[in-house]
Parts: sequence; C-alpha cells; structure tokens
Amino acid sequence: MDLSTTYLGLDLPHPFMPGASPLAHDLDAVRRLEDAGAAAIVMHSLFEEQIDQERFTATHHIEAHAESFAEALSYFPRPGEYALGPEQYLEQVARVKAAVGVPVIASLNASTLGGWIEYARHIQQAGADAIELNVYFVATDPRETGGAVEQHVLNIVRSVKQVATVPLAVKLSPFYSSVANLADDLTAAGADGLVLFNRFYQPDIDVEQLEAVPRLELSTSSELLLRLRWLAVLFGNTRASLAASGGVHTATDAIKAIMAGADAVQMVSALLARGPQHLRTVRTEAESWMEAHEYESIRQMRGSMSLARCPDPGAFERGNYVRALQGWRA
Amino acid sequence: MAASTQRQTVTVDGNEATASAAYRVNEVIAIYPITPSSPMGEFADEWAALGNPNIWGTVPQVVEMQSEGGAAGAVHGSLQAGALTTTFTASQGLLLMIPNMYKIAGELTPLAIHVSARTLATHALSIFGDHSDVMACRQTGFALLASNSVQEAHDFALISQAATLRARVPFLHFFDGFRTSHEVAKIEQLGDDDLRALLPADLVEAHRRRAMTPDRPVLRGTAQNPDAFFQGREACNRFYEACPEVVQATMDQFGDLVGRRYHLFDYVGHPEAERVIVLMGSGAETAHETVNWLLARGEKVGVLKVRLYRPFSVRAFVEALPASVRAIAVLDRTKEPGAPGEPLYMDVVAALREACVQGLARFAASPLVIGGRYGLASKEFTPAMVVAVFAELAAAAPKPRFTVGITDDVTGLSLPFDRDLDIEPDDVSRGIFFGLGADGTVGANKNSIKIIGEETPNFAQGYFVYDSKKSGAVTISHLRFGPRPIQSAYLVKNANFVACHQFVLMEKYDVLRYAVPGATFLLNAPYGPEEVWDHLAREVQEQIIQKKLAFYTIDAVEVARSTGMGGRINAIMQTCFFAISGVLPRDEAIEKIKESIVKTYGRKGDDVVRRNWQAVDETLANLHQVKVPERVTATKSLPPVISPEAPEFVRNVIGTLTANNGDLLPVSAFPVDGTWPIGTTQWEKRNIALEIPVWEADICIQCNKCVIVCPHATIRAKYYDPDLLKDAPPTFKSTGFRSQEVKGSKYTLQVAPEDCTGCSVCVMACPVKDKTNPKRKAINMAPQIPLREPERENWKFFLSLPDPDRGQLKLDVKGSQFLAPLFEYSGACAGCGETPYVKLLSQLFGDRLLIANATGCSSIYGGNLPTTPYTTNPSGRGPTWSNSLFEDNAEFGFGFRLAIDSLAGQAEALVLALAPQIGSVLADAILGADQSSEAGIAAQRERVSLLREKLSGLRTPDARRLEAVADYLVRKSVWVMGGDGWAYDIGYGGLDHVLSMGRDVNILVLDTEVYSNTGGQQSKATPRGAVAKFASAGKPIAKKDLAMMAMTYGSVYVARVAFGAKDTQTVTAFLEAESYPGTSLIIAYSPCIAHGYDLAMGLEQQKLAVETGYWPLIRYDPRRLGEGKSPLQLDSGPPKGDLAKFLYNETRFRMVEGIDPVRARELLEAARGDVKARYRLYELMARPALAEEAIVTAAGEE
Repeated sequence: MDLSTTYLGLDLPHPFMPGASPLAHDLDAVRRLEDAGAAAIVMHSLFEEQIDQERFTATHHIEAHAESFAEALSYFPRPGEYALGPEQYLEQVARVKAAVGVPVIASLNASTLGGWIEYARHIQQAGADAIELNVYFVATDPRETGGAVEQHVLNIVRSVKQVATVPLAVKLSPFYSSVANLADDLTAAGADGLVLFNRFYQPDIDVEQLEAVPRLELSTSSELLLRLRWLAVLFGNTRASLAASGGVHTATDAIKAIMAGADAVQMVSALLARGPQHLRTVRTEAESWMEAHEYESIRQMRGSMSLARCPDPGAFERGNYVRALQGWRA
Repeated sequence: MAASTQRQTVTVDGNEATASAAYRVNEVIAIYPITPSSPMGEFADEWAALGNPNIWGTVPQVVEMQSEGGAAGAVHGSLQAGALTTTFTASQGLLLMIPNMYKIAGELTPLAIHVSARTLATHALSIFGDHSDVMACRQTGFALLASNSVQEAHDFALISQAATLRARVPFLHFFDGFRTSHEVAKIEQLGDDDLRALLPADLVEAHRRRAMTPDRPVLRGTAQNPDAFFQGREACNRFYEACPEVVQATMDQFGDLVGRRYHLFDYVGHPEAERVIVLMGSGAETAHETVNWLLARGEKVGVLKVRLYRPFSVRAFVEALPASVRAIAVLDRTKEPGAPGEPLYMDVVAALREACVQGLARFAASPLVIGGRYGLASKEFTPAMVVAVFAELAAAAPKPRFTVGITDDVTGLSLPFDRDLDIEPDDVSRGIFFGLGADGTVGANKNSIKIIGEETPNFAQGYFVYDSKKSGAVTISHLRFGPRPIQSAYLVKNANFVACHQFVLMEKYDVLRYAVPGATFLLNAPYGPEEVWDHLAREVQEQIIQKKLAFYTIDAVEVARSTGMGGRINAIMQTCFFAISGVLPRDEAIEKIKESIVKTYGRKGDDVVRRNWQAVDETLANLHQVKVPERVTATKSLPPVISPEAPEFVRNVIGTLTANNGDLLPVSAFPVDGTWPIGTTQWEKRNIALEIPVWEADICIQCNKCVIVCPHATIRAKYYDPDLLKDAPPTFKSTGFRSQEVKGSKYTLQVAPEDCTGCSVCVMACPVKDKTNPKRKAINMAPQIPLREPERENWKFFLSLPDPDRGQLKLDVKGSQFLAPLFEYSGACAGCGETPYVKLLSQLFGDRLLIANATGCSSIYGGNLPTTPYTTNPSGRGPTWSNSLFEDNAEFGFGFRLAIDSLAGQAEALVLALAPQIGSVLADAILGADQSSEAGIAAQRERVSLLREKLSGLRTPDARRLEAVADYLVRKSVWVMGGDGWAYDIGYGGLDHVLSMGRDVNILVLDTEVYSNTGGQQSKATPRGAVAKFASAGKPIAKKDLAMMAMTYGSVYVARVAFGAKDTQTVTAFLEAESYPGTSLIIAYSPCIAHGYDLAMGLEQQKLAVETGYWPLIRYDPRRLGEGKSPLQLDSGPPKGDLAKFLYNETRFRMVEGIDPVRARELLEAARGDVKARYRLYELMARPALAEEAIVTAAGEE
C-alpha cells in the first residue's frame, strides 16, 4: 500500500501528523509522536504578542521597585542571560529538530509585520523544515473592511516569503467571505500550502460570576464537515498543498479528508484525548480500510470526492444545506 | 571581569568596587544579607552564577548562611580547611561575627573581610553609616584598615588580602556605609595581573600548608589551663609587631605597580601646620578637600588620614605628623558613652604619650589634643564642619570634647558652623534630581554618570538619598562632574542643575533651595509650557525669578505614554538633562543614551529597545523653555507638610523631619531614650495615589471585605445612628445598615483620600458587580485630585462618628472590620501582603497588645521615622511596639510575657491580700474574671477602675503597689511578629525555644518567602523553583514546613493562613491563637513585590495558592485532643488544578523558565510532588484515629 504524499513540497511516507498543539512543548511527547509514526511534527505557535507582553511585564516587575529604597536597590538577581523573548521557542525548535528524524513544521503568530519577518527568519535559522503561518486575527474594529483584513493576511505572506527559503503554509480561519478567492491570492502571494481551519478560544460567559471565560473544547468529528467542504472546493483550484485540521478523530475521518482533497491530515484533539499512539491507530486502520476497499495509494484516493470529481458536486454547494434541512424535516 | 593587563576605567559604587577585587582573590565567600553590605554578596553571587573565575581560574563558591554568626562559622571552617575565604557584612552582623573573629585572629589565620561600616542599633536602629560597628571589633585581634573612597575601597580590598597572607593577622577592611558603599564614582579597576602580582603563589601555598587535612593532621582549638593559656596568648606578639611594616610594604608594592601610593597614616596639608585633624573614613576626603581650600587662604592646617588603625603603629603615627603641630583634633565617627573619650582619640592620646616616653616625638611642644564626634548614622560632614573644627583648635580654650554637625543645646558640646559655606570650585558641575522610586530617576542618573565617566575625561560622582517609605518613595540624586577626582563626601547643596521629575514633589519640598543663581531648572509637569507657570506656588515662582533660573519643562508622562513606556520616564528625563545641561554635546549624548539602552535592554528584546529609543527621540520635540514672567503671579502658597492641627511635637519635630529639614533640629528636640510618640502617620498627608476607590452605596452588600484587605487602613466601615448625619458634609455617602441584630442604623464605607496609596486591592476584593454593567463594582477607582477636597472633609466626619461597641460585635469578617484599626497609613508598599494581618491584629487585640517586632519590612513600616503607624483608640489604649534585634525577636517577646505574668501575679496576690479592704465581692470578681471575650475584657476594665477608686482611699504601701500594677489584671496579648528571614533563618533557634516553653505568646510570621526588606535574598521559606538572590537559577530545595515543625511539639497552636484566599479562616485563626493559653504560631502568606507581579492581583494569587495546594490552610489546636478529635483541621481542600497556573503568574517562578526551561520543568515537577506529598501528610494527620501517630510521622518528613 502506498500511503506516501507530498505536503508543502515535503515528501512524506503518509499524510498523518499532529497539528499545532501543546504536545510539542514536551520533548518526550514529541518523541512519542515520532514513535507513533507521525509523518511530521507541527509545533505550537510562537505568539509575538505574548512575547512582547512577557518582556514588558517581566521588565516592569523587575524594575518597578528597583532603586527606590535604601536597603533594597533591587528585588531580583541579575542573571547574565535569561530568555524573555523568542529564544525559548527557537531553542525548542532546535531541540525538537535534534530529537526527531521527521520534518519539523514550526508555527508563528506575529502581531506586527516586522515581527512576522523577524521571527520567520529566526525559526528558519533554528532548523524548521517549514513554517505554518497562523494568521489568527479577530477583526473587532467596525471600520476595518473584510478586504482590508484579507490584504493584511496577504501582506504577511508576501513579506515572509521574501525572507523564507523553507515552504510556507497558511493556517486559515473559516471566516472569510470568499475562501476560494483568498486561497488563490495566497497562493499567488507565495503560500505553499493551506491548512483548513484554525480553531479558536471562544469566550464563554460565566453567569454566576458575570465574567467572560475563554474556552477551548476538544473538537469532535462533526467539526470535520466544515473542512471537508472547503477542501473539496479548493482541491484542483489551487497549486498549494492542502491540510485538514480540526475534527479528524478516526480513520474514517481521515479518509474523508483525503477524499475531499487533503495532502496532509493534522490531528490534535484526538491525540490529546487518547495519547500520541492514536496516530498509529488511525494510520493502521486507514491502511486496513484502503486494503479492504482495494485502494492502491493515497494519491488514488486524494480529491476523489472533491467538488470537481464528486458524483454529486451540488452536495458541497449551497443547495445542499436546503436539502439537508428538508430531509431532516421529513 | 575578564583577565586583563590593561586597567579599565569603570563607574561603580563602593560595594561593587570592593567586591570586584575581593571576589577575584578568594575561593569561598559565605555571607548573610545586611544593609548596606548586601550588594557585595549579591555581586559575588551573580558573578559566580555567570561562572566568572577568580585569578586562579576557579569560580568561588558563594553561599548565603542563616545569620552572620553562621557566615562567620563557615568562614572560620573554610579557612581552617585551607581555602582563601572572605565575607561581607556590617553593623549587628559584624557583632555576630565577633566570637569567631577572636578565634580566627587567635589562630593567626589570613582573612580579609570587607565591612560597609554602619551604625549599631542603640536608642534606635539606623541603616546608615558610622564606625560604631568596626570600633566594637578593635579588641578582637583583627587588623583594621580604613578606606575613604570608592577607589580606595577597591584598592584596599586587594591590599588587605595581600597583607593578611603575608602578616597572618586577619584584616577587617572597612569603608563608610552608604557614603562610600553606595556612592557611584569613576575609578580605575585593577586588572587580574595586578591582583596576581600582589598575591604570589607561595603565600597561598603557605596558607594551604597550615590547613587541616588528615594527610598532615594537626589539632587546633584546644582547651588550655592557667598554666598554659597566658603564655600561649602572648606567643602571637611578633606577628602584631610586624604587621604595620608588612602593610606598608604591601602598600609600597601596590604603589610601584599601580601608581597610587598609600601609607599607614597619610598626612595632607601645610608642611608646618599648627593645627591638624586626625580621622578616618570618607570624612577624611572632605577634610582633605577643605584643607586644600584653607591652605590657599594661607592657613597652616593639615589632616592626618588614619588608614591602618589596628595594629596602631605609634612610630608611623608620630612620624606622619608635622613637627610643627600644636593642636590636634581627633574626630571619631562613633560614640562610646561613659568613656574618657572616643577610641581614636584615646589611641592618639596614648600614642603621643608613648612617643614621648620612647623619644620618638619631634614636636616643639607637646600638642594639645581634643576629641570630637561627627557623622553618626551618615549625618552630613561638610567642609563647614571641618572649618569649624580648625577654628576650635585655634580658640583660646578649645572644648576638650565636642560634637560637630548638630546643634547640642543640652550639653553644649557642639561646635557652631557656617551652614552657608560653600567651597566647591566652579569647574565642578553639580546636579540635583527629585524623583520617585517608581519613575526610574536613580537608575537614569546612575546611567548618566556612567556615560559621563566613561565617555569623557571628567570624573563623576553620584549619591542617592532614599526616603524610608516603601510606597510613593521619594529619591533625591546628588551628582557631581569635574576635571579632578571628586573628594566631596557630602550632599550637593548648591546645584547648577535642578530637576524635579514629579510635579507633586514641588508641593512637598523646597526643591529650588538647591539652585544657585542662574542655574537650570527642569520640571516634569502635566502642563504645557504656557500653563506650567500658573500652577506653581508663590515661593517657587519667587525663587525662579530671583535666581534668574533657566526654566525648562516637559510632560514626560505624556511622552512615556505615547511611546509605550508606561510610567517609566527615566530615559526621557535623562535625555532632557543631557539636552539642556551641556555636560556633553547634545547629539553625542543622545547617541550614548541610545547605546546604553541597548546595553541595558538588549537582551530583553528589540521592542523594548525600540520603545526606549522612540521615547528619547520624542523627548526633544516636547522639551520647552518656559518664558518666565517678571513678577510673581501665584496667589497660593505651599501647603504645610504636617497638619496644623497636629500636636506640638508632631508639628515642630516630626514636621521638620518630614520637610527634609531634620538636620536643623537641636538635641533638645529629641527624647533621651528613643521613646517616640505613636499615631503620627495620621498627620502626614502624603497624597500619593493617582486614583482612589469610590463607593457605590446602591449596590454594596456591606460585606466589609474591602476593609479587611486594605493594607493601609484607608478604607473603613462604620454603622451609626442616623441622627448623626445631620452634621455630615454635603457629599458624605450613607445607606441603610444591613443587619439582623442592629436595626435602623446607617452604614458608610469611607476612603481616606490623602492616605490611600491607590493599590486597588479593595476593588479586586469587592464581590459585587452591577447587574446591568458588570464592569461597575460596589467600589471603583477614580482620579484622586477632584475627590481630594470633598473626601478629606468626609473622612474627617467619618472619623468623628463613634466606633461600635466592641462587646456587641460578632467577630467574623464583617464584624471584625467595624473594629477601629490601630495600625494605619503605614509606609508599606502599595498592595503589601503583610499589613492586612498587622492591621487585623490591631483591630482584634490592639487595646491590650504588646508587639515584639523582628527587624525587617514590618519594623521599617512599623517604626521608621519620621511618622509611624501604630496608634491609639479614643481611650488612649493601643498597641505598644518595640524592635529589639533581628535574631532575638521571639525571645524578646517571650520576655514581655515573663514580665507581664510576674506583674499580673503580683497584682493578683495584692488583690487577695487587700480583699478585706476593697471588698471580697470585687476581689473575687477580679480574680475569677472570664476575660475570654471583648465583653469580659470590658467588664474587667470596669472592675479595675472600681478597684482604683477603692485603692485611692487606702493609705497602705500595698495599696500603692497594687495601683502601680492593677492594669495587669486585664489580660494582655503578647505578639511576636516578623518575616520569614527571622522566623525560618536567623531567629529560628530562639523561635523554636519559645515554642517549646508553652507560655502564652503568639507568634505571627509574615511569610513573603524571601528577605523582602534587604531586597529578595532567599530564605529557608523560599519555595522550590523560585528565583531569589542566592538562588538565581531557582531554589532547588523545598521550603521548610515550619508549621509541621511546630506541630511536632503537640502543644503549640499552629495555623497557616492566607487572608486573600479565606478571610474567615484568617480571622478565626487569630482569635483561636489569642485565646489559646499556650504558645501559638500563625504563618501568614504575604504577597510581596519581590514575587514580581502586580499586587492588585494579590488576592487572586492567594486563592490560586490555596486552591492548587501551594499554600494549604490549616489549623492545629491542641485543645481539640481533649475532645477526642485530631488537633489538625484542614481548612482547604485537596490540591485542585495545575500548580503551574499559580506559579507562572509570578516573575520569581517564570524567570527560571527563561533561564533554563529544562530545569524549570524539573523544578515544577518536584514542586508538584511537594504539594501532593504535603497534603497527603496533613490529611493523614487530620484523621482523628491517626492523630497521635501523625505527629510522630511529621518529625521525619521534609
């Protein structure tokens, strides 16, 4: 059985890999992922905003009370070197890279254009084989148009492309008016791959405390449907390679994603819930399913159920919704 | 610090200068933090953490011990085992080393210790500098070597080390605390080759050969009998005889190598001087400078600087003096009450006499010698005082004993001096800068000195004066720059550049009195250049016009805000200084500032640098010269610093101290024994809060949680009769009192607008949210200035409302907070986590409370002048407070209990004896009184008052005796209070002993898990994984479980509390501890600025600490054993959630992640293990059946 695939120009033995998640914080977990056969390691994101914030708060807390009181000119030791910036992340990239033999895809979420460029350069230097740009951004300013938001994303990709020699993936959110058009533009801007889709912390409301509480629940297979649609739509319409991210829990989920058009299948919630070894289970079961159904390779299966090839393309289009709803009523 | 043959010029303070040499010539450094020497140990620790080697290529081991006594023991041991060893200390710390110093000297062990000389605590503690500590060591057998400046401190650190290895006599090298230890100056740094040249290998080898080793065993420390001891003691004499010559030879070698020449006694002045001053320390430099000024005026005067004070070389001393000398004034920076004279004076007199006898004297006539004291506790010593001493020597009948620098109107010892005399030459630029600690002024000035010192041929000096409040602390920086080394070891009085970095300080200080005519004045003001003039007080405008000041202004806060700098205006004000002072060309200066920003912040990331750079660039565009009108236009005057309603002593004495004019107060202004009036913070309105809480009566649920958490007792609640509102000010707020028991009363929550520090902890504590707009709580922060006037009146009215009857209050959280706090408006940090406990203590037991306070934060905010927070209730009762030492506090408080029990016992016996006269009903009632409640206490007070009435009619001696002790019939509450440095470390032995004694003493440990007052050194309370000084990679060992140790006695009431997590448990624990008739120990979790987070979040952090099991809440009450229960109760549940959630909110834990993520993870795992293990153990002990076994188990844990 030929499970091999090409994602971001990287030749991989199969499409299954962990998505960006806290799993990559821990070197042991990273090793277990490789043992479970991960085709690549996608790291958690380096968040520029968080780094800035931490630098400022740490500097503030260390300095705020210094040189104020005769008996205590400072309250903290001054160690020669301690990392408040991206060093920790970059060191982790290097450590992960050294610990595993599979490609390492680092992930970046910057808040300024300079940050995107600077950190992408650093990540590449630290040894990442590819970079996933996590362009997560919540537009809360009513004066900012959808077009401007898209231009912002495109600017990021163009700028990073100027300095990056490794492949770039762009992890998108589903909240664009025309995902297909944006995908086109992103490819033109230099994106080598698209990851569909990001999942976000959503503010929940604590009605007792009257507080907004950020929450991130683990995904379920039902969330895959959104991905399937857009993979199916984009397949064949873009030069970029495609990754499914969000809602893949079982071998069947993975097969659906590949059939919709994914070159790579990323899993997070399933691995968090069941452990890194679940990656092997999904791969083995997918392989068995393919054998049972007499598939020869992943390539044979990939995109078979895309908008372009599927026997009933309307199912991926708007009409689908109407009918499904009617079906349910009946 | 790298090896070099080229000598570098560096700008450092005396501590760093000393440590830099001492570190490189030692192998072991054992220290204990004490002001002002702490930074020496900290520098050593930092260099060791960086792996900097000494001149032999090894990294010294730097260890922090549990006390200076411990450090001295470790030093002694390390020396005996053959390592080159040193320590750094001062004051009481040095005293704790004395027993070992005798041993080390008696064994002729080479050792040079470095002391930033500091005042010994007598009638009061003082952190400042004089020679009382080193003078207390002159009999130990140590050589005493004095350095007078930052450069000399650096040089003598090496010379003392080299000399001790040659002479075998141990050395105490000292310099003046603060004046030299904290003065920043440009010096030439000795290279490693210089150090090696003076420390040849054979000397080190000789030290090693004398070491204890089983390969060549020796026996030292024998016990000797009358037949042997005396002769044995005399056997060392040759070494002391040789020592001065060894030192001179070492100084000569140093001089040949480096070029700076020193002698045992250095004379400066006229070769035929008639009048000579003899002294040592930084004052000698001021005297030197003044002598040069007097020589230029034709006076025949001189100064003799004593460098090697012990062993005292009579020959070198008399040879150094000019033969022409007729009168000598010996100045001692110490006081020896009852002695014929101070030590140096006595030595000079003896030396002169000895010289005569031995025929060494070459004097035409035997000189007259007088002796005086100066400069105690860093009292200013100025050229004017030097001139005054010379004048006295010229008088017909000089005072044989005198003081200089103060006005002694009691014993008349002081010499008059001209306060206006200024001898500083015009080519020395002088700047003075007023700022707040929080705005970075001092840091910026240190940086400016570095730039000027290192980028220009100028010499530079900086000295910084801090106030003793920890919130809203004011700093005054004194800077000098000039073409020659600066010898002026005194504050700048006349400045060419005066800057006020905070507009509010213009109201508090006479800032412009420092400005010379034509000086430049820079003011940071929240007003434009056109408006600022109109906001100045009349006195300020007058001075600007009269002195023709060039007046510049900038709105630095706005520049900081717009460039993302937060409240830090340091770089902005520094840029202003360089832009208008002309010390350096403007562009060059700005380039240097930017370079230094990169040096300081580079490793913290480009964005921090970028923002700072941007702030520098924006500064010039916002700096304006103010067009000064020809006439004063202001109508308002400066407000008084102390309320005019304050008592006379407070107005006249404390007011003068507060206005920064304390030097003008005469001796008669002061109490003779250090006793100080209480309740004085109320008269100093500091107005340091930018925002204060505002009460929303409509949604308040009257829980009083804001009141209990307030660190400064500036938000209070009262309920009262509605009729009292008729005199209320118009904006006074009031609402119906919600109470089941008290109907028809009104309730008010009131803020003290001028005392609040604006920490906002109260707002964080408020559990109420407006249902329509949950952002709005029942208290919210609002700008202070518009509220100041009306709320001042409201506060005054609020205070006039009666306090509720203590006997009627239910002492839960809500009820306890109607009790008047007798600890208010302290100088503790905004958001301090300790003071809410102290305040609660004062509320619950304040009217019968004795506090023994260990030295530390709580003794500083509790008892540092000018104003102090402990106060009285309307009946005049309140906490009585004292600080003995750092190490002895438990014993000190224990002594209170012994005395009280003795006096109460006598009173009871007398009541019994006098029962027939006073009536047996009253006698029985007094002796059998139940004083376990507020009502019981009140009833007993009534009885004692009745007793006094009856006694007044009796004419027997017993009646008089009983009158003197009758108050002891009312139960007193003894509390021993201090921080973890005291309880876990230096005072632990005494604390443990007091725990074992079973007497009714209550111990409150304010556990900040670090030495807070001295700046964050680790203690045994520091938790695993936290970064602290001396644990810069994160402490690898778990925190000592003091509660567990105390529980092993089985007889001690023990509680661990955290008021922010569970205030009810805190209140209960305080009440139980007090009611427990034996010893009680409360360990109180206290958030601190040394934890590195915004203390407004302190309550949340306490909740997390308890929830995650980091700080389990427990109460162990031996009385429960009698009820068949386990004495231990767990007041918090099993650890819930990840410990990291708590830890990583605090910089102290997060820093480890930044330094070494792998180690951080290991430490975190271990800390998680600690939490679980401790809870399991507590849980086991809390099971009734296992109670007794658990106690036994505990002894073996942790």
